[in-house]
Amino acid sequence: MSIEVKGLNKKFGDFVALDDVNVTIPTGQLTALLGPSGGGKSTLLRIIAGLEKADTGSVTIEGNEATHLPAQKRNVGFVFQHYAVFKHMTVAKNVAFGLEIRKRPKDEIEHRVQELLKLVHLSQFSHRLPSQLSGGQRQRMALARALAVEPSVLLLDEPFGALDAKVRKELRDWLRRLHDDVHVTTVFVTHDQEEALEVADEIVVINEGRVEQVGTPDQLYDEPANDFVMSFLGEVTHLGGVSLRPHDIELETSPMLAGAVEGTVSRLVRIGFEVRLHVLTVDGDEVSVVVTRAHARSLQLQEGSTVWLTPAAGATVVPRMATAV
Amino acid sequence: MADTLVHADAAPAPVEERRRPPRVRKTPTTYVLRLVAAAYLFFLVAWPVSLVVTNTFDDGFSSIQALFEDPDMVVALQLSAYVAVWSVVINTLFGVGISLLLVRKEFPGKRVLNALLDIPLSVSPIVVGLALVLVYGGRNGWFGPFLLDLGFQVIFSTPGIIMATTFVALPLMIREIVPVLEEIGIEQEQAAESLGANGLQRFWRITLPSIKWGIVYGVVLTLARSLGEFGAVKVVSGNVLGQTRTATLAVEEKYLNFDQQGAYATAFLLAMVSVACIVVVAIIRPKNHA
Repeated sequence: MSIEVKGLNKKFGDFVALDDVNVTIPTGQLTALLGPSGGGKSTLLRIIAGLEKADTGSVTIEGNEATHLPAQKRNVGFVFQHYAVFKHMTVAKNVAFGLEIRKRPKDEIEHRVQELLKLVHLSQFSHRLPSQLSGGQRQRMALARALAVEPSVLLLDEPFGALDAKVRKELRDWLRRLHDDVHVTTVFVTHDQEEALEVADEIVVINEGRVEQVGTPDQLYDEPANDFVMSFLGEVTHLGGVSLRPHDIELETSPMLAGAVEGTVSRLVRIGFEVRLHVLTVDGDEVSVVVTRAHARSLQLQEGSTVWLTPAAGATVVPRMATAV
Repeated sequence: MADTLVHADAAPAPVEERRRPPRVRKTPTTYVLRLVAAAYLFFLVAWPVSLVVTNTFDDGFSSIQALFEDPDMVVALQLSAYVAVWSVVINTLFGVGISLLLVRKEFPGKRVLNALLDIPLSVSPIVVGLALVLVYGGRNGWFGPFLLDLGFQVIFSTPGIIMATTFVALPLMIREIVPVLEEIGIEQEQAAESLGANGLQRFWRITLPSIKWGIVYGVVLTLARSLGEFGAVKVVSGNVLGQTRTATLAVEEKYLNFDQQGAYATAFLLAMVSVACIVVVAIIRPKNHA
């Protein structure tokens, strides 16, 4: 196992950022730390990198005890949300920084920098200053800079958080492809569940300083450990005593199935190919349901229609938490 | 001297200059405001300074030439330069160190330290001079007699002049560097750290290049201030002709002795050095420096 975190605790004043966190991150995989803002995921990443010190607990990287190792000796690559480019150096100099610190021979550095700039598609920009690059280009440069030192693990802290939606999506795909080529153990922090589900091999869901669940995207989506994980990974509604996804509700205009709940359509919104319904049940629940446009039309649904709702066969269902909204 | 300084100091920090304000529509108010500003600067700065220049060159270069032929005056100019250079060196080293401490570290008493650093700007230089005499005075200073026994005279000697000048110019460097350090933040250094750079490498390769222009500005301001210091130096130097009389003291002396020509010429030299520094920096500074 590449990174092993045991019994990690971290407080900032009274605020508990990490509460007895234990995580193992597998070698060669792309792992996402996913959770809401302020949940402690960035703190965990920074402790792994050595940029922050834990109050208690231990960090092991590639079998080496790293808890008390300064960041400069951990051989990790770190990529910051706001790029942290060296503003006074050219793109090539930025990428060469780690190699120059390691006093590698000049021609080797030059060769490696060319290679990396090609990898991140910045070859023609090697003599520019970072201020002449776009946000996405800066972040690719930062990634090349981190990869230059052949780190044992690559850590990315909300790497695409400061970019606009389109660039973000491009870079996300590109990161996945890059990882398939480079295979360095990578951990990235994100609060965007779509990003995590799309890119990561494994996801660690972190909330309020605790690990809620660890698993593959499919596991998390199909078998969420609790209401929080379920609601964080997608839309959730409540029917009877359970939480489930709005598109996992079977909707009929007559009571066909046993246990179906009767309700009235209170609102109907069409968004592209899908139709979102709010149904007020006789139990007093407000349930949101998503059906396809064709289905809605065939049932002749409109506001005020009476419908019967049941969880679909094979739906992901989690007992409802008392505090769930 | 003091005028040039205040204006240079009030100029926006180099970092802020990067963003150009958008062009605003010109209204009559714009022109009135411009006229007021121009008139204000003309009567307060431009006119008096230009008169110093015209008076200096009333009869060609002879008055300047006369300065350099007077051995006492040469000593005074050399002393001023010597003191100013030391003041710049000391204030640069301490300024960088204290700025890093103020911006990057949390410690008890930080606010007090921050407030103390402004004292040299707010207290009259005369008070600074008297305070130094109280501590280092050779006969009845608090610490002076002890140093004098060791053969080290502070007051009425060059070390005292350097101390007084350094004291007075102390905040200029720090006030230039601190905003730049705050603006660049800590992430570049952390990135360098994760790439394997140790503390010294981070300072030389990342921090120092980033605050370079802040330091250059600080050096210029400190140099200008140090060359022009009068009050504190007058108290601690003893004003001995040919030994501890600096150029500014010489200006006063000449003026009081009805050698107006000499006074103007010396004043002109002092002003020119400061103006030249500021002009040179303004020219060599890149437009979008970081």
